[in-house]
Amino acid sequence: MLFLWNNPGPLHRRRSAAFTLAVFFLTILLAPRCAPAQTQNIDTDSRENDSQSIDKQESQKPVPILSGSAGYFNFITGGENTIDTQINPVLLVPLGNRWLIESRAEFEGEFERRGGNGPYAGPVDKHLDYAQIDYIANQFVTVTAGRFLTPFGIFNERLYPVWIRALQPDPIILPIATTDSDGAMVRGGFPLSGSANLNYAVYMSATSIGIDSVDSERHVGGRVGIFLPGPRLELGGSWQKALQDVRKNAFGFHAEWQPMRIPLTMRAEYARSYDGSGYWAEGVYRLNQLHFWQKAMRRTELVGRAQQFFSGPITPDVADDLGLPEANTREGEFGINYFLHDGFKIAGSCGREFSPAGNANVWSVGVAYRWLIPLGRVGAQ
Amino acid sequence: MGVAVLFCGLLMVTNVRAGEAPAKKDIGSTQVTQNANLEAMRVQGEQRFRANCGRCHAAPEKFPPRMMSTVVRHMRVRATITNQDMKLVLFYMTQ
Repeated sequence: MLFLWNNPGPLHRRRSAAFTLAVFFLTILLAPRCAPAQTQNIDTDSRENDSQSIDKQESQKPVPILSGSAGYFNFITGGENTIDTQINPVLLVPLGNRWLIESRAEFEGEFERRGGNGPYAGPVDKHLDYAQIDYIANQFVTVTAGRFLTPFGIFNERLYPVWIRALQPDPIILPIATTDSDGAMVRGGFPLSGSANLNYAVYMSATSIGIDSVDSERHVGGRVGIFLPGPRLELGGSWQKALQDVRKNAFGFHAEWQPMRIPLTMRAEYARSYDGSGYWAEGVYRLNQLHFWQKAMRRTELVGRAQQFFSGPITPDVADDLGLPEANTREGEFGINYFLHDGFKIAGSCGREFSPAGNANVWSVGVAYRWLIPLGRVGAQ
Repeated sequence: MGVAVLFCGLLMVTNVRAGEAPAKKDIGSTQVTQNANLEAMRVQGEQRFRANCGRCHAAPEKFPPRMMSTVVRHMRVRATITNQDMKLVLFYMTQ
């Protein structure tokens, strides 16, 4: 072969030329196709890179965090001042890609003047709000075990922390069906379609410890909500059934809406149970759109809340234990929050309470702070 | 023969050069496309943040990715947000 190559005859010379030409033509034919092919690969790479960008963020090894909030408030009802101080540490420990241990404790002191004019004194409540382990099984299901916040309505789970809530006094109906649960829960959220998401929680509790008592009970329940991202509207309902005594039921509805054009949030809850029923509705308006004092206005929000409670057939002592009013009550409140930064705010409110037990003005003023401390190195993995 | 080879060689070189130029342009445009996609994801992440997280609280300051990863996992469970929303919010909060 080498010999033939080195000493080509006329026939072979023609074949060689033809071969060379064929190679050239093939090169010419293929060359233009290579560029688009290369481009296509790069486009594919681009999409993969986008996806990888998200995955890269997601794959950042999470670090344990000690978070929480602290608050100092004065609640003045009918001229009587109560100093409320609280620290609520939250511990988050992620394990692997799917597990999370989370816990929140509550240390709250409520101090009043003894005899009206004496020194401030009162109990300090120490309470474990939740201590749960979560397993994110897939995009539809998260399994939770331990003590968890009962998913009844939206205030207890989402709005309770002092740095989040818009008005510092609790809604009157908060104690209805929201005592902590000890058991297991399945929950999750997933898109139903391009314009609606479904969120749900189903739980069973073996014991439940009341806010101011050691009563226990078994119950099952659930909550479901439909969230429409377009109009930013959520509608949902909750249900709970006790598995002992008179096997009483509790149910409720909630709604939350944020219009697109104005920085307004509207929320409402209704709850009904053997112990009583009622509703609250709240509007929160951030003053972003005002054209004067913009630096201050962006940090300021106005709040209004109306609520009503209808007492159930329970004794005043039971109502007191549950944290519910002893009689039907109506209340209107107006408040203002000023955010020094996103986790530090000064809050104040005033309102009027109407009840057969006596009408009263209600005031509150205080500060709330939220912190976030990593319990490990936060540098790149 | 030599002329033919030279002609074909010229053709090939011309073609290769012609192929190279669009390739460079494509790479440039691809980077632009990629940046546009990342920007679109950031915008979507912000929208998802406002729709899901902004219902309850204001946007927090941005924390390092490893902290945000923990916070977003916690909020995914607490607020029952969807997997896709969680990913986009995490992307937005770590940009």
